[in-house]
Amino acid sequence: MLVMRHELLLIAITVILLLIEIFLPAGKKHRIIFPSIFLLGLVTVINFFPIPTGELFGGMYVSTALTVTMKNILNIGTFIIFIQSVSWLKKEENKEKISEFYLLILSTLIGMDYMISSGDFMMFYLGLELATIPIAALAAFERYKEKSAEAGVKLIFTSALSSGILLYGISMIYGTTGSVYFTDVKAAFEATPLQILAFIFFFAGLAFKIAIVPFHLWIADVYEGAPINVTAYLSVISKGAAVFILMIILFTVFSKIAIIWRDVLYVMSIITMTIGNLFAIRQRNIKRFLAFSSIAQAGFILLGMIGQSQLGMTTVVYFILIYIFSNLGAFGVAGIISNVTGKETIDDYDGFYRTNPLLSLTMMLALFSLAGIPPVAGFFGKFFLFAAAAQKGFYILVFIAVLNTIISLYYYLLVIKAMFLNTSDQPIAYFRSDNYTRVGLILCITGIVVIGFASPVYEFILNLSHGIY
Amino acid sequence: MDILTLFIVIPVITMIGIMLVRDTKQVKIISAVGMSLQLINAAILITMFLMQRHAGNTSEILFAKDVVWYQSLNIHYYIGVDGVSVAMIGLTSIVIFAGIFASWEVKDLSKEFFVSLILLSTGVFGFFISLDLFTMFLFYEVAVIPMYLLIGIWGSGPRHYSAMKLTLMLMGGSAFILVGLLGLYFNSNPAGGQLTFDLIKISKVHIPLNVQMFFFPFLFLGFGVLGALFPFHTWSPDGHASAPTAVSMLHAGVLMKLGGYGCYRVAVFLLPDGAHHLGWIFLILTTISVIYGAFGAIWQKDLKYINAYSSVSHCGLVLFAILMFNQTAINGAIIQMISHGIMTALFFALIGMIYGRTHTRFINEMGGLMKVMPFLAVAYVIAGLASLGLPGFSGFVAEMTIFVGAFQHPDVFHRVVTIIACSSIVVTAVYVLRVVGMLLLGKIRNDHFLEIKDAKWHERLSVGVLIFGITAIGLAPLWLSDMINNGLTPIITRLLAAVQ
Repeated sequence: MLVMRHELLLIAITVILLLIEIFLPAGKKHRIIFPSIFLLGLVTVINFFPIPTGELFGGMYVSTALTVTMKNILNIGTFIIFIQSVSWLKKEENKEKISEFYLLILSTLIGMDYMISSGDFMMFYLGLELATIPIAALAAFERYKEKSAEAGVKLIFTSALSSGILLYGISMIYGTTGSVYFTDVKAAFEATPLQILAFIFFFAGLAFKIAIVPFHLWIADVYEGAPINVTAYLSVISKGAAVFILMIILFTVFSKIAIIWRDVLYVMSIITMTIGNLFAIRQRNIKRFLAFSSIAQAGFILLGMIGQSQLGMTTVVYFILIYIFSNLGAFGVAGIISNVTGKETIDDYDGFYRTNPLLSLTMMLALFSLAGIPPVAGFFGKFFLFAAAAQKGFYILVFIAVLNTIISLYYYLLVIKAMFLNTSDQPIAYFRSDNYTRVGLILCITGIVVIGFASPVYEFILNLSHGIY
Repeated sequence: MDILTLFIVIPVITMIGIMLVRDTKQVKIISAVGMSLQLINAAILITMFLMQRHAGNTSEILFAKDVVWYQSLNIHYYIGVDGVSVAMIGLTSIVIFAGIFASWEVKDLSKEFFVSLILLSTGVFGFFISLDLFTMFLFYEVAVIPMYLLIGIWGSGPRHYSAMKLTLMLMGGSAFILVGLLGLYFNSNPAGGQLTFDLIKISKVHIPLNVQMFFFPFLFLGFGVLGALFPFHTWSPDGHASAPTAVSMLHAGVLMKLGGYGCYRVAVFLLPDGAHHLGWIFLILTTISVIYGAFGAIWQKDLKYINAYSSVSHCGLVLFAILMFNQTAINGAIIQMISHGIMTALFFALIGMIYGRTHTRFINEMGGLMKVMPFLAVAYVIAGLASLGLPGFSGFVAEMTIFVGAFQHPDVFHRVVTIIACSSIVVTAVYVLRVVGMLLLGKIRNDHFLEIKDAKWHERLSVGVLIFGITAIGLAPLWLSDMINNGLTPIITRLLAAVQ
């Protein structure tokens, strides 16, 4: 049973937190904050210790060294989000719902872990749903706000639709191969037209979760409406998990039709990064802005999968790790500004550096990392992604992608311009951020600065991905 | 720690030091001390290098150090220098030293200013010492990105627009470079086996012709953008005009040399066949750069624009000479880089100082400044004369060598472009002398100018160091060109092999 340590530990702390929640008196709900963060931190650390790998339930659950690392990455990200949400949760209107936030996030995390470790389509689907439905509740967390409620409804409808399409694809796969197990499906796959259609349906369903263009339309409204910490969770952890499982399934189950999905990914990645970038330029709301930037990032991630190589697989995992730190850094700063002042548009950031230099510098580092500017980690991630595509000779694609990073640099610079270059009559006044936020941001900055230079991180992931692709 | 790594460590320590103190004065002192150490370090490096060569050490790269960074991708922290890079390091340390003193009066956010400036120079130093293409590219981008803040915050005029334009165009150039570098990497071992970013190793393999033809334009164009290659030079006038003094100095003096150096060290050196087959296209473009920049400078009234266009012309000459593919011309290209680097830094420093006193940069609003600030005026005349290639200054040595080298090609095409490029010397003389006349001689047109004081000590120091550099090269060019010549042998051998 130790093979399932990630999931079991998460379930355990969920139960513990539920018990604590029951015994907390009505006005003292905020006392759940510290145990939640502490327990998740503990679990994150424990899970770094060696763990046996193998299969459970007759192959429904598969754990490899690589999936263990993927789950660890998600744990780290969730841990940072737990810390960053504190200042928002402590606000008057959220005080009674603090434990709900933590419990719902934990249950989605359990879903994602099961999804990543799935060995058949049933387990995959169960994990996916467990990872999706609670997020809709989280998106509607600030239900007294119209936009938040709208975000929740939109999210649940689009996920239901995408799940439907996905299931349709899975049913066709089952109908043509006679099995839902990944290994059996892979062996029986013959690339008949119906199976290719099944693949397309399956891919479309998952593309909804990752927000690949043209399946991205829900994302801006949901990101804008949802509370900023939930948005961060959606754009980083939820997306990361979906990318992981998409990569695993493409590389294993559908490896026979690589020639087909390679073309699909080629076109999709160009469209996704271009549309994401072009729309991001126009955004004034920081949450919508980060939403479109995260669409563009998804386009870049696809670049790593196209080669179907070990280099690509490693880099995608590595990139997600960096992306977690960078994006959470950006969301962390945007979140604390929104909590303290309620301001969420980029124009409000005018002259921010003169009043809050440290937060501005954090934001700048995070945005540079997202844009892929050295010496921060994002540069290394992007460079290796491009290398993974170039390895298979896709130089034109790489060139388009690099040009896209220039576009992305433009709009990231717009935020930096507002903070550093512009002056304002009424800049956001100086404020002290609370200690939880600080710890969260320091973690992000450490990640952003260190991961690129520390080549052992990359080599570690590389060694795990032997033989999976 | 080896002497080359010190070139990165010193600025990093300086930056940390600046961040720790609060007072503006302390910030300036720390920057000055740090960059003086850097200058001393460069002097030591040049001496050690010359001594090694005198002792008969003929290896291609000296002071090499190789540390594996990303083992699986074979990325190394691999540094080392030859004659050319030593010369470039010397240039950079002189210009950044002068730049610190030229920006002594920065008051607004001075801490951030000096940190960004020194960060920029770190990127440049790193670029010149790297022999691994990955680290080279990393330092290249580190050098480019602080420009955005430097121009955007401390600049003048349409600074937001210029900063954005400059950053995006240069990053656009780096997009080309990135594709080219990946192309080199994945073709670095045609026989199979481990791929490498190692510049020296790649220079030893023969890359197939079609691959070279495909990637040479990427690399040459990419670096050419930073070298102000026509038609990608448009960032240069706007950027230079809006930038604060020290940034213009560093940018025109050093950063544009990254482009020339990259074209020479990466594009031409590693892809000689591609260069041989496609060089003529770029030769035409560089000829246009040379002429267009010179004529552009005639029409300008703003001192900074004049100098920015003249930089386009002079840097065009660097790329022009590199594409001549012979020892004399390339030697001239390197000397031109050094010479133009110091000269243009001097120009921009003087323009900044003049602007700080007259509060205008338009030549038709000034006049007779020779009478009120003789030191700065004489320095300006010296810079101007060096720019138009008067014997005794570095510009003469450089341009002479370039054109002698260029004329060695007997065919009509090369003759024609050489003659066209030569004519830029005349045009340069026109705009330089015209500016000197309108700016420094004649009547004083504004009573306010009578109260102007001449240069302060830090300005004299900054200007003095640069003038020393120009005259030293002009009067004794031999030690410099000897030092460079040794470094050119590998590239010339490769180019000759490509021609045959």
